[in-house]
Amino acid sequence: MNHQDLPNFLGTKETLSSQTRRLVDANSMTLQFPTLSEAQKRDLHETALRIVSPGKGILAADESVGSMAKRLAQVGVENTEENRRQFRQILFSADDRINSCIGGVIFFHETLYQHSDNGVSFVKMIRDRGVMIGVKVDKGVVPLPGTCGETTTQGLDGLSERCAQYKKDGAVFAKWRCVLKISESNPSKLAITENANVMARYSSICQQHGIVPVIEPEILPDGDHDLKRCQYVTEKVLAAVYKAMSDHHVYLEGTLLKPNMVTAGHSCPTKYSPEEVAMATVTAMRRTVPPAVAGIAFLSGGQSEEEASVHLNAINNCPLPKPWILTFSFGRALQASALRAWRGHHENQKAATEQFIKRAEVNSLACQGKYNAGDNHGDAGQRVYGSCYAY
Amino acid sequence: MRCQSVTPSHDAIALAPPAYLALCPLRHLLAATMTHQYPALTPEQKKELQEIAQRIVAPGKGILAADESTGSMAKRLSPIGVENTEENRRRYRQLLFTADQRIDSCIGGVIFFHETLYQKTDDGVPFAKLIKDRGIVVGIKVDKGVVPLAGTNGETTTQGLDGLSERCAQYKKDGADFAKWRCVLKISETTPSELAIFENANVLARYASICQQNGIVPIVEPEILPDGDHDLKRCQYVSEKVLAAVYKALSDHHVYLEGTLLKPNMVTPGHSCPTKFSNQEIAMATVTALRRTVPPAVTGVTFLSGGQSEEEASVNLNAINTCPLLKPWALTFSYGRALQASALNAWKGELNNEKAATEEFIKRAEANGLAALGKYVSSGSGSAASQSLYVANHAY
Repeated sequence: MNHQDLPNFLGTKETLSSQTRRLVDANSMTLQFPTLSEAQKRDLHETALRIVSPGKGILAADESVGSMAKRLAQVGVENTEENRRQFRQILFSADDRINSCIGGVIFFHETLYQHSDNGVSFVKMIRDRGVMIGVKVDKGVVPLPGTCGETTTQGLDGLSERCAQYKKDGAVFAKWRCVLKISESNPSKLAITENANVMARYSSICQQHGIVPVIEPEILPDGDHDLKRCQYVTEKVLAAVYKAMSDHHVYLEGTLLKPNMVTAGHSCPTKYSPEEVAMATVTAMRRTVPPAVAGIAFLSGGQSEEEASVHLNAINNCPLPKPWILTFSFGRALQASALRAWRGHHENQKAATEQFIKRAEVNSLACQGKYNAGDNHGDAGQRVYGSCYAY
Repeated sequence: MRCQSVTPSHDAIALAPPAYLALCPLRHLLAATMTHQYPALTPEQKKELQEIAQRIVAPGKGILAADESTGSMAKRLSPIGVENTEENRRRYRQLLFTADQRIDSCIGGVIFFHETLYQKTDDGVPFAKLIKDRGIVVGIKVDKGVVPLAGTNGETTTQGLDGLSERCAQYKKDGADFAKWRCVLKISETTPSELAIFENANVLARYASICQQNGIVPIVEPEILPDGDHDLKRCQYVSEKVLAAVYKALSDHHVYLEGTLLKPNMVTPGHSCPTKFSNQEIAMATVTALRRTVPPAVTGVTFLSGGQSEEEASVNLNAINTCPLLKPWALTFSYGRALQASALNAWKGELNNEKAATEEFIKRAEANGLAALGKYVSSGSGSAASQSLYVANHAY
């Protein structure tokens, strides 16, 4: 990029000589070198808003080949490329009812180049209905030596070229997942800073190519820690993430956050209501996520389909002010029933698609705070959120 | 948009004591971990802090910064020919604090200098009591001024941490519920440096942490001076970097954000910048910078006026509040000169001028109260209000 040519914020151009003069002052941290033009920023921001427009969320259909093996094994289906294609087809051939519920679909690389039975590319099928195309770009977790089983995520090599290619092939957003664990010794300072840093590098590269980065610092629900511990860890992790984003000059209005909800660990003996989960989650977000971030699309982690929807609904009804969109980016929580209904049988395809549409519609209501889950949690009107000072 | 204090219809749900708080003898050996929570504040302490903060920045209200040090008061009093004695300083603050009930709806808090906290009216009423009794929150400047950072290009940090805990405890007994601490950064070819940003953010976080332990709401003031010829964009960029560092430090120091206020500079071009920018451009740059760095949990943002004239400061605050971007915190004023300049000019040390001087102050307080609601209509008022109050390389 030629610094000479980029207009700055107010449309005036900076001369090359003043640029040179400023480059000499190595000590200063606060000289601004153009990252994105106004047009690039506008594109990124508008794309982000379209993905999370009111009532919409993300279908995370980007399970790697290895992850698909686990999903398909559970329903007795062989993990072949054809079977993976068939299952994604079940999701992507859902009718227009999903147009108002799904703002974006995250693809795995393989799927981005697959076609329907009729030879229509999946990308075209999705894009033609106004749904944004995303692609998972990380290359999985790798160990951090000297830690207690912690990891960082690889995938930065050649990422710039890959993003350029994905953009040509129809993608407008990307996803990168980092993983942190809660235990007596984790997450460590290294794990927090290293993962925050690699997510900021990924984001920076994506934005250079007009790709909105979805930033996913997943804190696993494994363990017996309580709600408060998860909230505390989440706040520390997200504070580090946004400091790294600032350090790497990432344009926040053109990003989305995909965090875990704040929940107790799976083995925690105490049970918490959806309102408690919501209060802890929204409080953590309020303390760390700048309002400039276009939207927050929660991952479902190990939650069941219903649990995830009920929690998302409670989050959207939490009485604290929430200056970002709060929606879903669900994988299993959108697909589990569809998978079970399908079981690999051709004659089950329509029924399976129906199951997916049902969850999409439920989550569309939940991300607007309009989902009535029925008897499980008492009257829709009486939600006890409790005192915000306990969080 | 503010955090509504949620008063539950049932008993507040207290979370069961977390299992991990049960004493684990080996935990202290796990030096690598960063993420065990040792609660800094009880729920009651948090509630008190947040409620104080909310009261200070209640809709239509802002802060009178009347905490000029003795040295700064010298600079205020000499241009109007008044000798800088303790009595004159007392008389001057008295004419501000005895303003009538019109200021009760526009002033949420007053920042005192130490000396002033223990002064009294002519009738023997302590200033702190006078202010507090009218429902205005009493604040106190607690820093001890800037000191140089060796090895930098004229940059500083701020001292005052020594014995701060004991001082806060005493101030709380003496009626103060909030405090203020000012750090200073400068924009130039070589500044602010990484060290200056990091060190000032860290000292602000230490100060904030200590205050909260003593029931005092910390106002966090990372002032970036308007000295220089840099443009609006440069100031915005620097502001974003500084504020990102501030909030990272506050997180690292376990500061309860809902019980804090931020006192930043507005984003403006440098004083010698040849380009002029409109109030709307200033507002947009300011709100954008805040949206990118200030978590919604922060109860309010109370801008400093820097070198702006009284009118400029009000018009800019108004533009900020009418900026179309979503702004989840209160956006109001914490003005010193921009509330007092006309009052000082009207007073000139004369007893006969006191009423008129107080009127000038009330006028600016009301103007800024409206500006904090986005309802201020500038009347293109008199010369005193429009005169720029910029003083080169200001330090008070």
